[in-house]
Amino acid sequence: MQRSAALTGFGWGRRGNAPLPDDPRGWLRAQLAAPDAAIFSGLGDSADGLVALRRQRRDRMPGDPLVKPLFAAEVAAQLDALLLTEQPFRERLAWFWCNHFTVSMRQGGTRAVAGPYMREAIRPNVTARFSDLLLAVMRHPAMLLYLDNISSIGPNSRAGLRRHRGLNENLARECLELHTVSPLAGYSQADVTSFAAILTGWGVDMKADRPGFVFRPAAHEPGEKTLMGRVFPEGEEGGVQALRFLGTHPATYRHIATRMVGQFVSDTPPPRDVAHVAGVLHDTQGDLGAAAAALVDLPDAGRPGVKFRTPMDFATAAMRALGLGGAPSAPGDPHAPAHILFGGFASLGQPLWTAPLPNGWSDRAADWSAPADLLARADWSYRLAAFAPDADPLDIAHAALGPALRPATIEAIRHAGARRDGLTLLFSSPEFQRR
Amino acid sequence: MPIRRRSAFLGLTASWMLGRSSLALAAPAAGADDPRLVVVILRGALDGMAVVTPYGDADLASWRRDLLLPEPGQAGGMRDLGGFYGLHPALAGLHDLYAAGQMTPIHAVAGHYRSRSHFDAQDYLESGADERLDTGWLNRVVSSLPWVASRVDGNGLAMGLTVPLLLRGPARVGSFAPVAGQHPDDDLYARIAALNAADPVTGAAFRNGLKARGFSDDVLGGGAPRAPDGRRPGAFAVLADAAGRILADPHGPRVAALEAGGWDTHAAQKGRLNAPLAQLDAGLAALRRALGPAWGRTVVLVMTEFGRTVRMNGTGGTDHGTGTVAFLLGGPVAGGRVRGTWPGLRPDQLFENRDLAPTTDLRAVASGVLRDHLGLNRAALKRVFPGSPVTPENGLLQA
Repeated sequence: MQRSAALTGFGWGRRGNAPLPDDPRGWLRAQLAAPDAAIFSGLGDSADGLVALRRQRRDRMPGDPLVKPLFAAEVAAQLDALLLTEQPFRERLAWFWCNHFTVSMRQGGTRAVAGPYMREAIRPNVTARFSDLLLAVMRHPAMLLYLDNISSIGPNSRAGLRRHRGLNENLARECLELHTVSPLAGYSQADVTSFAAILTGWGVDMKADRPGFVFRPAAHEPGEKTLMGRVFPEGEEGGVQALRFLGTHPATYRHIATRMVGQFVSDTPPPRDVAHVAGVLHDTQGDLGAAAAALVDLPDAGRPGVKFRTPMDFATAAMRALGLGGAPSAPGDPHAPAHILFGGFASLGQPLWTAPLPNGWSDRAADWSAPADLLARADWSYRLAAFAPDADPLDIAHAALGPALRPATIEAIRHAGARRDGLTLLFSSPEFQRR
Repeated sequence: MPIRRRSAFLGLTASWMLGRSSLALAAPAAGADDPRLVVVILRGALDGMAVVTPYGDADLASWRRDLLLPEPGQAGGMRDLGGFYGLHPALAGLHDLYAAGQMTPIHAVAGHYRSRSHFDAQDYLESGADERLDTGWLNRVVSSLPWVASRVDGNGLAMGLTVPLLLRGPARVGSFAPVAGQHPDDDLYARIAALNAADPVTGAAFRNGLKARGFSDDVLGGGAPRAPDGRRPGAFAVLADAAGRILADPHGPRVAALEAGGWDTHAAQKGRLNAPLAQLDAGLAALRRALGPAWGRTVVLVMTEFGRTVRMNGTGGTDHGTGTVAFLLGGPVAGGRVRGTWPGLRPDQLFENRDLAPTTDLRAVASGVLRDHLGLNRAALKRVFPGSPVTPENGLLQA
């Protein structure tokens, strides 16, 4: 593996001229072994977000006045982490899993908890067992709000009989289809309905002093339920057991191995690589750290330029190349690096935590390389370049791209009439669109 | 054809395009009266029964009493569609078109797949085949058009930042998104395009993007879209307006795809549908205004990946179902009535005891339009929809 490939293929691009690792594979593995170094001091947790949301709703405040500053602080801290991290592989895994378990602010009033969701459910479990990550996600208020489980009620539960209300299948269906076994496992509509019944009662207590997950027995569908041929008991424990079953299912290992290889190796994951990573997951009871280490050791891993950068990859890599960021971004400051990056994601078509649907953002070239996508990249690069008036485009090109930098791009930058034009050419070059 | 500044710019950069593209920048050979086709995808599964409601069906209230709006003629009620169906009141513009004989809903339609996964269903809806393809049926329509090689940007146009699967494939397709703020000048754009010229992914994208943008800028003149009531239009209306103006241009593309979201109403559906329906209605009105006289040669197909459960779920919403409604509108459409075969809502008439049973294949609707509006023959239709054969619907357009 090339030294720079560890930074681009497995990370977010080289930051300025930060030192390159002598042992790329060892450097990547060390990030998996070390604890998450990201520090998010001064941010509230999801209970704080829900308290703000509750107050806003109670007092009918227009314009999100209490949630807005919490969200601004969240954006500043998490996008600073993306720009500054020295554990870029771990950071990439965190965003990968956050996207796998998408919570989108398009639905469910999740703005108050989208950031805490990533810090509480995703980040601590990036190298844990998959079923632990799954359980943390499915019990988190953000997911329960986003996919409507808070209002799903067992039709034969006390609440269901009293209020004539019933199931909402949304969370159960997406958990089977997207998060765990995938349709390849061959489950039926009856399984979806049954899993929804298993998850009834899993909700969010908005009235509590510290709002958060609650299991409501009065809304839980009574009786045993059958999911994919297995019987699960009534009660909260039935849901936990069902998630353990799904989280360790061979079809789930195959599904997430495919997604992981797709993220790091190729848009068309080689079956041999998928089988290898799925095998590691199987042998380690779903150890995501072991699976990530297996990715590092794949023969094709870190071959530069095979993956097309998503807008998030692209904007982050451009800002890291310019070395923007350093002092913590002041929340809400329009010139703060995190804020520029936040705007970049939106203008390039991938706004933060706002995927259109629960399957999250694609990481495939075909979805990000339409004419308008690339023009948007050139335009944004031009605007970004205005923030680095003293940068030397050629130095930055060499540092950021290393051996991937092509002579044609060097030539084009040399002939640019202005530094700003040179940087725009660098960021619009074919090699900068890839990692 | 007057030489416009952008055309001159394209001429200057044509050197690096020569040999790589058969695209000609001359005025197209076909006339200004070519037919236009717009396909609107409603992603997220629209509840057809909430939008074109069979209020005349005696079984309706037993499934979803709390989702129903008042009947036509009552305050806040539906707008009547001939005595059995009512149209959602947020679709006022569509109702006017219906009254003018230029809009027809088709009820109990579905794709040829039976999946309640948004993602599978959208893929099949857009690829139009029995197996998964990575090209869309509308792209194959573009390749089948006789006048394909002569357009500035091919014949297809995707509105929005990315090209949907529906329009992906070998035929050249442009995409358009509104530009905001500062951007490079023409010379820098040309150098960016040259730097990418040989790249298999980015080369064609920059090349076509610049051509499309130069062309769009000429046509749009930088003007902001207008709404008659002076309100700021939503994103869908902005794109629909731009699509209309680009399609109306005698030298423009002839096929466009748009998409709109907000339909996945698992909870509190009754209130949640108002805003996306109003946006859809405003967008379709903006499209019609912007097309001007070309509206008389335009057919718009509005479709969604599947319908929703007949029975209201436990949370005032509906879950993923099967049969739903589609719309055809435009000058040539034989409108003013609701089409399709109503399957009924008795328990034994539902699909798998939960969904509106589909009675019309969406591909049959699309085939009817492609045959009668764009003149595609049987062999071309077989290429567009390569799976199991369907019989095109007759009489969708005025004779």
